[in-house]
Amino acid sequence: MNSFKKDFPIFKNNPKLVYLDSASTSQKPKQVIKAISDFYEKENANIHRGIYALSENATKKYILARETIAKFINAETNEIIFTKNTTESINLLSNVLKEILPKGKNEIVLTEMEHHSNLVTWQEFAKKYHFKLKFIPITKNYELDYEKAKKIINDKTAILGVAHISNVFGTINNIEFLVSLAKEKKAITIIDAAQSVQHLKINVKKIGCDFLAFSGHKMFGPLGIGVLYGKKELLEKLPPFQFGGGMINSVIYEDATFLDIPEKFEAGTQNIAGAISLAEAIKYIEKIKIEKIERYEKELLDYTLKKLKSIDGIELYLPKKQSSIISFNLFGIHQHDVAQILSDNKICIRAGHHCCMPLMKKLKTQGTCRISFSIYNTKEDVDKLIEGLKKVKEVFRE
Amino acid sequence: MTLEIYKEHILDLYKNPHNKGNLKNPTYEFSKNNPICGDEIKIQILAKNNKIADIKFCGQGCVISQASASLLTDKIKNLSINKIKKLNKEHILEMLKIPISYTRIKCALLPLEAVRGALENVRN
Repeated sequence: MNSFKKDFPIFKNNPKLVYLDSASTSQKPKQVIKAISDFYEKENANIHRGIYALSENATKKYILARETIAKFINAETNEIIFTKNTTESINLLSNVLKEILPKGKNEIVLTEMEHHSNLVTWQEFAKKYHFKLKFIPITKNYELDYEKAKKIINDKTAILGVAHISNVFGTINNIEFLVSLAKEKKAITIIDAAQSVQHLKINVKKIGCDFLAFSGHKMFGPLGIGVLYGKKELLEKLPPFQFGGGMINSVIYEDATFLDIPEKFEAGTQNIAGAISLAEAIKYIEKIKIEKIERYEKELLDYTLKKLKSIDGIELYLPKKQSSIISFNLFGIHQHDVAQILSDNKICIRAGHHCCMPLMKKLKTQGTCRISFSIYNTKEDVDKLIEGLKKVKEVFRE
Repeated sequence: MTLEIYKEHILDLYKNPHNKGNLKNPTYEFSKNNPICGDEIKIQILAKNNKIADIKFCGQGCVISQASASLLTDKIKNLSINKIKKLNKEHILEMLKIPISYTRIKCALLPLEAVRGALENVRN
């Protein structure tokens, strides 16, 4: 067991578990689980207007959580909005962004490798406001075609939405370059960082993007808490996304005024324990240091690729610059059959379209098998996967 | 365990499916897909005197959906349309004789849904 694995109780309770699906959701370290149970056991109270010690403590911790998250991505504290997850963060934007877009711009540029959450949201936006969707294509190396991007992003581009890391191939996209192209054309830039925030150092100022979205549960945090970062001056211009308690300045029967950012975007009782324990997850990452995580995972990736390449009949979808995600197919065996046989040996992989149906169609496959790593994975896990894949071949007598 | 799914008779049907192909003059035809899995199946039926005189399927999918299609097409050949309409989930599970988990039940039922769709088309 590596030293990180010991921090994750799931492996103590499932000793033979080989968990290779962290891109779907990561496992949780004991520090985060403790923060959740501590809050409910010792500190539970609603935030804001409770004038008693318990509520004041909860409010303080909620605010500190926002500060921790802001520092982690080099943002200002009031530029961090708590949401449910990446999907809700993007939905927040697609609901309110129209209000601040300049007239005459009516194109949204996405990429062919977007997750449905950064695609279908904008399809709906485009239908509602008669915008046109454009896509930066992928090359045969499963990377974005940056030459084509230069032409696709033009004066009509109102919004650029791009994933930092592809959830299918693990491709690390050159978002700084794309953001700079879009900024030249005065477009709003949105980064889906769901697959990157737990693997790479994120600095929103260096990226230069207007908005950036991620989920807590993929970065050792709990389910049901996510983040939307937005530049202060833009967030201030945007109208609220939802209405209700917690975001009100004053109300008369006929009308209401709203709080400033970020509370303006946080209607209703928030996921307080979620926010506090997400901050704990970030502290956990910072203690290890994200650069160390990156190095460790790169070593594991190289080891895995070497092993996978030695399997006859495997089709790998490999970009040149890759994070901790690998997609493959084996002999045309249906991905669900591969995953099912692996699951017999307690090996967890994801199989299917990975919420990227148009991309699968483009690849001319119904899906892929996908493995994804985190710091608790080891070379032994990889060896078990390779054994498992050999078993799949045996079952199918390939 | 789950390896019980990949029993000899099921894998045989996957590799050597029954009734796979196309009919020249089908009376009814219906395609059904399961976009979640990427499974797709087309059923063609030749009906005579309210019975299935011949049936073929084509498409692609996992072991379970393919084996289910072979077994179902075997079973309903020469059966009356009224009897076919009464087939349900339990009949399919009985035919397959393997444990089907909650997440794979859709694969097992896809061929039956396609057959139902074809027969539905008849009335319309």
